[in-house]
Amino acid sequence: MNTSKNKKYKSISYAKWGYIFLIPFFTIYILTNFIPLISTIYYSFFENYMSGLKQIGPNFVAFENYKSILFDSDLPKYAYNTLYIWLLGFIPQITISMLLAIWFTNIRLNLKFTSFFKTVIYMPNLIMAAAFAMLFWALFSDIGPINNLMVSLGLEPYRFLAEIKGTRGLVALMNFLMWFGNTTILLMAGIMGIDSSIFEAAQIDGASSWQTFWHVTLPSIKPILVYVLLTSLIGGIQMFDVPQILTDGSGGPDRTSMTMIMFLNKHLFSKNYGMAGAICVILLIVTAILSFTIYNNITEKDTYTKSKELKMKGGKNEK
Amino acid sequence: MKKFKRFIAITLIFVMTLSMIACTSPTAEEPEQPEEPAEETPATEAPEPEVKEGKVLNIWGWNNEFQGLFNNYFEGKGLVPEGVEVKFTIVPNKDNAYQNALDEALLNQEKAPDDEKIDLFLVEADYALKYVDTDYTLDIIKDVGLTADDISGQYKYTQEIVTDSKGAIKGTSWQATPGLFAYRRSIAKDVLGTDDPEAVQEALSTWDKFYEVAEKAHAKGYKMLSGFDDSYRTFSNNVSAPWVDENNTIIIDDNIYKWIEQTKAFTDNGYNNKTSLWDDQWAADQGPAGKVFGFFYSTWGINFTLLGNALETPLPEGVSATGDPEAYRAATEGNGIFGDYAVCYGPQNYYWGGSWLCAAAGSDNIELVREIMKTMTCDKETLTTITKDTQDFTNNIEAMEALAADDSFASAFLGGQNHIKLFLGSAKGIDMSNISPYDQGMNEEIQTAFRDYFNGTVDYDTALNNFYTAVIEKYPELKRPE
Repeated sequence: MNTSKNKKYKSISYAKWGYIFLIPFFTIYILTNFIPLISTIYYSFFENYMSGLKQIGPNFVAFENYKSILFDSDLPKYAYNTLYIWLLGFIPQITISMLLAIWFTNIRLNLKFTSFFKTVIYMPNLIMAAAFAMLFWALFSDIGPINNLMVSLGLEPYRFLAEIKGTRGLVALMNFLMWFGNTTILLMAGIMGIDSSIFEAAQIDGASSWQTFWHVTLPSIKPILVYVLLTSLIGGIQMFDVPQILTDGSGGPDRTSMTMIMFLNKHLFSKNYGMAGAICVILLIVTAILSFTIYNNITEKDTYTKSKELKMKGGKNEK
Repeated sequence: MKKFKRFIAITLIFVMTLSMIACTSPTAEEPEQPEEPAEETPATEAPEPEVKEGKVLNIWGWNNEFQGLFNNYFEGKGLVPEGVEVKFTIVPNKDNAYQNALDEALLNQEKAPDDEKIDLFLVEADYALKYVDTDYTLDIIKDVGLTADDISGQYKYTQEIVTDSKGAIKGTSWQATPGLFAYRRSIAKDVLGTDDPEAVQEALSTWDKFYEVAEKAHAKGYKMLSGFDDSYRTFSNNVSAPWVDENNTIIIDDNIYKWIEQTKAFTDNGYNNKTSLWDDQWAADQGPAGKVFGFFYSTWGINFTLLGNALETPLPEGVSATGDPEAYRAATEGNGIFGDYAVCYGPQNYYWGGSWLCAAAGSDNIELVREIMKTMTCDKETLTTITKDTQDFTNNIEAMEALAADDSFASAFLGGQNHIKLFLGSAKGIDMSNISPYDQGMNEEIQTAFRDYFNGTVDYDTALNNFYTAVIEKYPELKRPE
């Protein structure tokens, strides 16, 4: 006790300023994020909705909401829809982004106007998703320009929004268009972070460009890849605005483009707070698990750098 | 950096000013005056100045139909007292959005400052009951102060629909909405050899005959109907029980099943164009390029929606049949297929839509609300003028009978037919005893769910299942039938 008092007098502590500067963040976080989060969890255990202008509940029902969501509702179907549409967009997204990132960073190719292309491919991300979906809805409607074009080219008109493939395909296409630029830039940053001497060494050793990619580039950008994959997955789970606007909230033919957040929105819209809360909590758990994975993947050093570190340590000791 | 900051500051100021302008413009609408009717309406007994009026009159609705009428026939006549600002709040109807917004505002009514309280709001037949049977609406006789004499000229059904379980009338309407079948004269001539409304009616008087005509039309390369939902109201208005029974169980009426059956047959045979209500192909089908025999439409639909869609180039702002007959004729003659439509009763009597004015509990403008209701929904002169100007069917039996008997009254859009005569006949059969507070959600969701079935994407049971799922999402208190 005494010693600590003495210490206090001896040194000036700036630590309190750190805490003081953190206060605004935490106040806002607690008010706008933490309290709503806790109350959402709390209300997910209640029956609580509006019947006309009458409030029903809140009546405590324990896990009834969870039970009806997990076992009686079509949530698994919507989870499948979400995953399906996400994959449909993500696979071309990561492939094309990787290809573009490699081309843009390749010194031997030495492409011109790369900054122009980078700007252009990033553009779709700047448009509001809702506006983008509106645009596609108009373009691909039964008598929209795309169908007119197809007819004038002698093709059969295709009712995109009346077909499962058409609707899911359009959502995936939009997600792809909106995000491949962003992914390209992230991957480029990853590739440019690799020491160029490694590429040179590979060249001297006679590695083909495929071998260089597979054995040098890919392992080196693994953390970035994991980051891209998981942020995109979390973004995919939260997919909402594009299919909502494109299908006018109905979730497309036979509810096959209804995503989990659209399902949540349905309950929120009818003011069914208990059920909506339960969906939120389920999604929170899923997203939290994914976030922990991403965190662990980024902080955990991959085998390549680990072995390098070990070697360096060994070298020091030898000296 | 300094330059950049200045740029940001200027942009922000610009954006803020823009949003302020954008937000204020709807109220700053110029009161257009189409024409001065010779006599003044009796409603000009100016509102008593000794009664304290709230400064802001808040009116809620889902489109600007009433706003237009109000501007022309109430505000435009100088009937809004000095110092009272009229503020319209418009929320689109679709997917219960209007109801949800209105619910929230009504639940906050007590806490809201006087100038933000809703004074008057509009409801549709599909959900009128939801508001009528609550304390959020006022009795238009006891609380608002209309007399039984005032509303005696109205159609009884327009009052029954807004009568609560204790017998109090909670709303009033300026229109009745009987439905008719509007067909293309040129196509009728080609298919049936005649465009005479009586002969066409004879050919379409039952669903069996309707089906036969559809077959003939198909053989000639026409579609009988545009989409899946066109005939929906003719079935849904003739149901034998409300959508929901006393145990909160959903009931699908036999007539709804008939609609599903008929529409599936029409779709599979190619008798319709696979459209849905309000989509762009549906609207295009009503226009010059359309190849559709006819459309089921009620009063407002014929003279607002169908007319608008039939024109090649839209009418110039502010041109109306009575306001400036010359300009109207010039703007419509030879424009698209103006004049090519005619109306007949069709195979089944029905109605569609209709708007009611409800006074909100807690309003601080009761006097003004009463005057608006009196002028807009009870005053024979005003209602006659509205019908003459807009061709809409208004809620005054005597006035409508007079116009039906008036040989000089005809709709140029319908090729000189007096449609009021037919509306009058159709209005007699309107029966709204089987409406429920859930009708909007039910109607929208069954159309959405079965669109997939008609398109062939899903089978019948899946569509039915999707309907129940969607409706219970909307109304958690409801149950599937056992």
